[in-house]
Amino acid sequence: MNIVIIKYNAGNIESVNNALQRLGVNAEITGDHKKIRAADKVIFPGVGEASTTMAFLKKEGLDRLIPELKQPVLGICLGLQLMCSHSEENDTSCLGIFDEQVKRFVPEPGKEFITKVPHMGWNSICQLKSGIFDPSLDQQYVYFVHSYYAAVGEHTAAVCNYINPFSAALHRDNFYATQFHPEKSGTVGARILENFLRI
Amino acid sequence: MLAKRIIPCLDIKDGQTVKGINFINIQNVGDPVELGALYAEQGADELVFLDITATHEGRKTFVELVKRIAREINIPFTVGGGISELKDADALLSAGADKISINSSAVRNPKLIDDLALNFGSQFVVLAIDARGENDYWIVTVNGGRIPTEKELFSWAKEGESRGAGEILFTSMNHDGTKAGFANKELAKMSDMLRIPIIASGGAGNMDHFVDVFTEGKADAGLAASIFHYKEIAIPDLKAYLRAKNIPIR
Repeated sequence: MNIVIIKYNAGNIESVNNALQRLGVNAEITGDHKKIRAADKVIFPGVGEASTTMAFLKKEGLDRLIPELKQPVLGICLGLQLMCSHSEENDTSCLGIFDEQVKRFVPEPGKEFITKVPHMGWNSICQLKSGIFDPSLDQQYVYFVHSYYAAVGEHTAAVCNYINPFSAALHRDNFYATQFHPEKSGTVGARILENFLRI
Repeated sequence: MLAKRIIPCLDIKDGQTVKGINFINIQNVGDPVELGALYAEQGADELVFLDITATHEGRKTFVELVKRIAREINIPFTVGGGISELKDADALLSAGADKISINSSAVRNPKLIDDLALNFGSQFVVLAIDARGENDYWIVTVNGGRIPTEKELFSWAKEGESRGAGEILFTSMNHDGTKAGFANKELAKMSDMLRIPIIASGGAGNMDHFVDVFTEGKADAGLAASIFHYKEIAIPDLKAYLRAKNIPIR
């Protein structure tokens, strides 16, 4: 199987590659349009800031390429947010694969346990849909680090609750995305990546 | 609900773990990767690797070690020790570290926090603070608590947050090594003051100490070293105990 991780100016690309290698899969990290189009599966990872990253994607023509892809695509963290239509993070127009708005968490002062932003650490996911999940993953914990979120909507494929319910995952057609980091989420995350590779 | 985190801390010297005794399940206790992987399997939520090597050669060994950790371990990990410039942090990020912790170098040069946060994001920057309290006045110390500074704990923590630290790792030198519980009063005060997560360190001796640090101490994470390395507390038992006490645990 030919797996491509889209190379761009984001932080954790090697972590995703390491996680795939632990599953015995060798991926290629590339920004080459031909190679991305030809891949069986495409992973669009990311840690970073929305507007800078979108500017980079535009410069590389990846903003047009990614929404046209026909094979299964998995966006991770910032990848999910950039696949939405708009992000509040520096008022950024994004790829529009999912018709969702990305908003910033507004902390609730005085409430114990849920007053801090970023949402950092392990939280549980529920109301699972789409092929990257299976029933064994309901209520399992996965690792999040983010200050912005996509609200629950038509394309929500998993829900997590922090300050308010939000989309822990999205799915439409061949596009899948997780707000959490499957590559850092222990055996649960490995299973989600395996499920994606099996689609 | 966001889970409280349990974090074992491993001290590394010349690429080997310093503490740690006979674990049945692993061949080489001295190998930080094997020990870290064992903790991850047992349910540790994150790992911290602190490099206590002083030599230049040892530093290179540590970067190589971080690469191995990143390849083998499937949970987030923080690395610390000897990070005083952007390029130190950059080498560790490229090697695969999820976060770095800075301590003495930030006290000497607070702008390092801003620079790291700006270049790598706040989520990458853990400000570690060692402090000692006397008559309710908490003074920040460096060099493992040996040298007092002019900084006061709470104002330094607040300053760290404003400069862009993503988390505070607070070690109470009064409690460290006592096994009599964490500095819950100070931790709770800090938690009420700040909007970033707080990792509590120093004083863990039994499972109730973790219950207390997450309730009274309002900490987001509890860190310990020797009680895990010497198998005084097993992580699966600790997590089951906390769950039974209605503390949100993975």
